[in-house]
Amino acid sequence: MTEVQAVLERVTRVAGVRGALVASAGDGLVVAEQLMDGVDGRAAAALAGSLVSRLVRTAGAAGRRIPEFVQLRAERGSILAAPGGADLVLVAVAGPDANVGLARLEMLDAASRLG
Amino acid sequence: MRALEPWVEGPLQTFLDESSARLTLLMTSSGQVVAQHGFNRSLDVMTAAALGAGIGASTEELARLMGSPKFEALVHHGARQSCMLAGFSTSRGRWLGLVVFGPETSVGIVQLFFDQMVQQLAAAAPRDQAVAPKLPENFEHELDASLKALFGR
Repeated sequence: MTEVQAVLERVTRVAGVRGALVASAGDGLVVAEQLMDGVDGRAAAALAGSLVSRLVRTAGAAGRRIPEFVQLRAERGSILAAPGGADLVLVAVAGPDANVGLARLEMLDAASRLG
Repeated sequence: MRALEPWVEGPLQTFLDESSARLTLLMTSSGQVVAQHGFNRSLDVMTAAALGAGIGASTEELARLMGSPKFEALVHHGARQSCMLAGFSTSRGRWLGLVVFGPETSVGIVQLFFDQMVQQLAAAAPRDQAVAPKLPENFEHELDASLKALFGR
């Protein structure tokens, strides 16, 4: 199992997480994914990559450090994202019942291994 | 944005709004322009359409030689701007989309919303109109008429 696959395995093991992927933030393309059926990895990578890129640019323009973790909450779940090295971003799709706290810890640790 | 056929306008406008593309050209596989956004001069449109159709034909021939199905998209990444050339099937035959975009968006976003536009075009295409044959003797007249329609002059 590669390092990236191991990272995805750890994140998707968290209760309520429906899938995870590693995307190139600048390009918004999927690098690796482990998703449940019905989760569109291409769309998640493109949109989350774009979101994280803009947040990083916004933080930089405001003279702040780049965000370590992003949670976008919606009615039926959340999109979680953690920027890693080499322009990679770790993205998780979580259901409404997900343990976001544990997912955050796993993602922060996992993202530090990327790139 | 200007389109020769009104049913193309809605899907194309949605794509432009969502993708932040700088230039977009929709054309038939032979290079006949269907819609354009961002071009200021008819000469640029004619050149881009001719080059896009040529590249599309070359890549399809390469795919055939390799025994592959048609290539879906060709992306050139540049430092300041990039371009994507993608082919898709419509009820009017095979079309090509040429999209130029900058660092304000990403290839993933452009591809995502381009695919959405293709689905919307398929749903919006009129079913009951026959496609008129393209005759060489009409080509120049049709080209002039298309460019006038696309640039409003």
